[in-house]
Amino acid sequence: MALAFDEFGRPFIILREQDQKTRLRGIDAQKANIAAGKAVARILRSSLGPKGMDKMLQGPDGDVTITNDGATILEQMDVDNQIAKLMVELSRSQDYEIGDGTTGVVVMAGALLEQAERQLDRGIHPIRVAEGYEMASRVAVEHLERISQKFEFDVNNFEPLVQTCMTTLSSKIVNRCKRSLAEIAVKAVLAVADLERRDVNLDLIKIEGKVGGNLEDTELIYGILVDKDMSHPQMPKQIEDAHIAILTCPFEPPKPKTKHKVDIDTVEKFETLRKQEQQYFDEMVQKCKDVGATLVICQWGFDDEANHLLMHRNLPAVRWVGGVELELIAIATGGRIVPRFQELTPEKLGKAGMVREKSFGTTKERMLYIEHCANSKAVTIFIRGGNKMMIDETKRSIHDALCVARNLIRNKSIVYGGGAAEIACSLAVDAAADKYPGVEQYAIRAFAEALDSVPMALAENSGLQPIETLSAVKSQQLKENIPFYGIDCNDVGTNDMREQNVFETLIGKQQQILLATQVVKMILKIDDVISNSEY
Amino acid sequence: MPIDKIFKDDASEEKGERARMASFIGAMAVADLVKSTLGPKGMDKILQSTGRGHSVTVTNDGATILKSLHIDNPAAKVLVDISKVQDDEVGDGTTSVVVLAGELLREAEKLVTSKIHPMTIIAGYRMAAECARDALLKRVIDNKENAEKFRSDLMKIAMTTLCSKILSQDKEHFAEMAVDAVFRLKGSTNLEAIQIIKKPGGSLRDSFLDEGFILDKKIGIGQPKRIENAKILVANTAMDTDKVKIYGARVRVDSMTKVAQIEGAEKEKMKDKVNKILAHGINCFVNRQLIYNFPEELFADAGVLAIEHADFEGIERLGLVTGGEIASTFDNPESVKLGHCKLIEEIMIGEDKLIHFSGVEMGQACSIVLRGASHHVLDEAERSLHDALCVLSQTVNDSRVLLGGGWPEMVMAKEVDELARKTAGKKSHTIEAFSRALVAIPTTIADNAGLDSAELVAQLRAEHHTEGCNAGIDVISGAVGDMEERGIYEAFKVKQAVLLSATEAAEMILRVDEIITCAPRRREDRM
Repeated sequence: MALAFDEFGRPFIILREQDQKTRLRGIDAQKANIAAGKAVARILRSSLGPKGMDKMLQGPDGDVTITNDGATILEQMDVDNQIAKLMVELSRSQDYEIGDGTTGVVVMAGALLEQAERQLDRGIHPIRVAEGYEMASRVAVEHLERISQKFEFDVNNFEPLVQTCMTTLSSKIVNRCKRSLAEIAVKAVLAVADLERRDVNLDLIKIEGKVGGNLEDTELIYGILVDKDMSHPQMPKQIEDAHIAILTCPFEPPKPKTKHKVDIDTVEKFETLRKQEQQYFDEMVQKCKDVGATLVICQWGFDDEANHLLMHRNLPAVRWVGGVELELIAIATGGRIVPRFQELTPEKLGKAGMVREKSFGTTKERMLYIEHCANSKAVTIFIRGGNKMMIDETKRSIHDALCVARNLIRNKSIVYGGGAAEIACSLAVDAAADKYPGVEQYAIRAFAEALDSVPMALAENSGLQPIETLSAVKSQQLKENIPFYGIDCNDVGTNDMREQNVFETLIGKQQQILLATQVVKMILKIDDVISNSEY
Repeated sequence: MPIDKIFKDDASEEKGERARMASFIGAMAVADLVKSTLGPKGMDKILQSTGRGHSVTVTNDGATILKSLHIDNPAAKVLVDISKVQDDEVGDGTTSVVVLAGELLREAEKLVTSKIHPMTIIAGYRMAAECARDALLKRVIDNKENAEKFRSDLMKIAMTTLCSKILSQDKEHFAEMAVDAVFRLKGSTNLEAIQIIKKPGGSLRDSFLDEGFILDKKIGIGQPKRIENAKILVANTAMDTDKVKIYGARVRVDSMTKVAQIEGAEKEKMKDKVNKILAHGINCFVNRQLIYNFPEELFADAGVLAIEHADFEGIERLGLVTGGEIASTFDNPESVKLGHCKLIEEIMIGEDKLIHFSGVEMGQACSIVLRGASHHVLDEAERSLHDALCVLSQTVNDSRVLLGGGWPEMVMAKEVDELARKTAGKKSHTIEAFSRALVAIPTTIADNAGLDSAELVAQLRAEHHTEGCNAGIDVISGAVGDMEERGIYEAFKVKQAVLLSATEAAEMILRVDEIITCAPRRREDRM
């Protein structure tokens, strides 16, 4: 440990409680960090691709998650190492930004780190490696842009979108019915998409899951599904042409926010108060009735009396509906959320063609379907499946598929999957390397090498000979100068990804490369790790 | 360079083969645990809770057993989960689904050791499951059109379900009860309308189905014990002091006289309420909440039967049965729908007095009174009856039925075997394995009955070689027999759910190649 001494030979104390901290410096620090990063990537490596395996995660409370979604695995992994945490962040940001390719980005970063280690062993300074990576990533991203293809689709012809979503879903456990799920995802996105502005608000798509039934029973509902039932068991279970009052005030006696006390000191006051109370309930219900509402959806609870009055006046009601759901209902039905009874007007009511209650299975699970809404902009994907883990995994998979469809609507460009894009980039980067004078050249070549590791992992997971397969595809791409050849993971017999219909979004791929490079650069620049040792 | 620890202290990671082994072993252990309860001659388990009182449950219901286990192995949890879902969704077959999944994994283990990749196994299993389902679909019997036959189908299904339970001695009696009860529902799957009342004493045979409605409450003192042509008001309202609900109101008085006045006013208010209720022209009043002495007395004076504290489900069911609406305000008596029934009377079952509503308007609801030697017997009887009711109500909606006694498994196994022969490549082995797993179910049934399973299953297989064979294992006589003649039927929906969820669960466990266990959350010791 380096110490500074003053003129009397006493050490300056630079770090407080120095001997209690472990410190790694220089090349050791970089090596340790790289090792940690690689370890994380290695965990995810086997989940990549359509034949990737799942991970079983047991949470701190004993709950079990089975998934092969990179972001989910890393998030629940209970990581302690700082660098490993960076990798977790990396996949999370890919998840937020793109939604798909969360495994790929980590594998990519791991490969970059591995290559960097070799360069460090050669004696190349980490900063030079980082700079080389930066240049290489720029080349790769530009090349992706060049080889990307525009996809033509519109509301009526969404087949290309479905194909792309299927690529995403094929690596998940739900690949048994990827076709129908992909269609559901695309239809959902198209239903809420603003094709003019090329924008999709994914908040409008609600994903609801219920255990039981089959995966095949998963359906898309053009409307809202609320996990609630009517407040009174004898209210009608089906309402056609509903006018919905959406309330955020309870059907309960008023609770003014100011502090006050009503003192009852005479019998008369007692009587009047009692009368007023009755009247109050009556008025509340009457108001709803007056504006023409045929269904009341309320964020709060009802008093028993109010409940009966509602029932009595033939006004079905739903209580304890969550805030988010309330908003969605408001959007879907074109209604306004009304905070006070006094402000109820006919214009503020939402409209829906059909509201019905449906019960499931042998237990008393009921759900409320709100369909044929005035403004069909909000949709719900209702997932059924054999068990809870299956449903959770399906939710994650559908989320990925939704993100992919959204990205395609934002930007129509696609690249070919199955490792084809990576191989093409690798070739381009390799070719570009020779043009750079200086040490960076080596780093750029290393980058090309790292790009190869994604198709390599794909081949490995599919049970193919990784090196043989990769070199065959690479030479094929180079010979015919066509960037469509990838790894034939599903044993279809061709490695032309156009024929296999394996697509990925351009932005997704670009983002993967950029994010991975950034994180690796950051890790390479660290040359001193100071941490509190165990206490 | 040693790699720094990536995980937190107590977290552990198991990879590749080891992870797979851990999950296989866990899942198989769970399957073996419930295996011995399968079939008509299956044994029961005693479950003792660790909670206070160490209460004991005796059951052979797979879902109940698994629910009460404390399991640490994540793969085993997957199996527990599927059995729970099977229970929720179709109600029966909770043991079979776990046993089948366990057998599928056992076969998979062998395949993995002979170097077949899990993904190939999954692909094969999927093909096999698809094929098995088609095989079942081809052989289903649907008697929806013929009401009489359909009823006898239901009877047979109920008897098949019940014969593996504690009720097997009186299965005809109970099957009759269950079928009657389900027919009253008229196609709805809402089992809430069937009320099961358990009363210790008597024997199981004394259990009966009552077309009316039985409320486990006593009639107030001084009130009529028997009412004919009753008009019933079902209510959910406070009959104690009826607080002023406006927030922040409080009573503040400065002298004793005023206290008395207010008290008087309160009484007046209650009296008012009672009068309003009486204005409905009723002679029976059922409230969900408590009725205090004062209003009770008023009701008694008016000759009205008042029942307090009927729980919420009781109220709901009563509303359903008598056709009345649940009221909470009483200002407009003319528009409140009252419930009607022909006769209300107090009856005695064992030592308890119950209130019996007979001749109700809507015949949907009914009550089943179970009698039995002890609470354990009654609990188990309730579970068994619940299973039968679930299966029946599902069958009413999906009227396709199959033969039982290992027949469906053999039919599926035969088709799957054919498929295996036609399929080229490694998948063929896994498809074959699937059929072996299917055959394990009749084998287990025979084993549990103490029969020579190898002999019987081989016979069965030979029988099934002929087209349109109805052979299955007849556990009672211990031989292969015609299932149609013996009247052993099962619901198609149950079998399908067993097949699909077991395959799904096995697939899920097979796909795992790494188990990461987080550090258990530390409980704060507050001692």
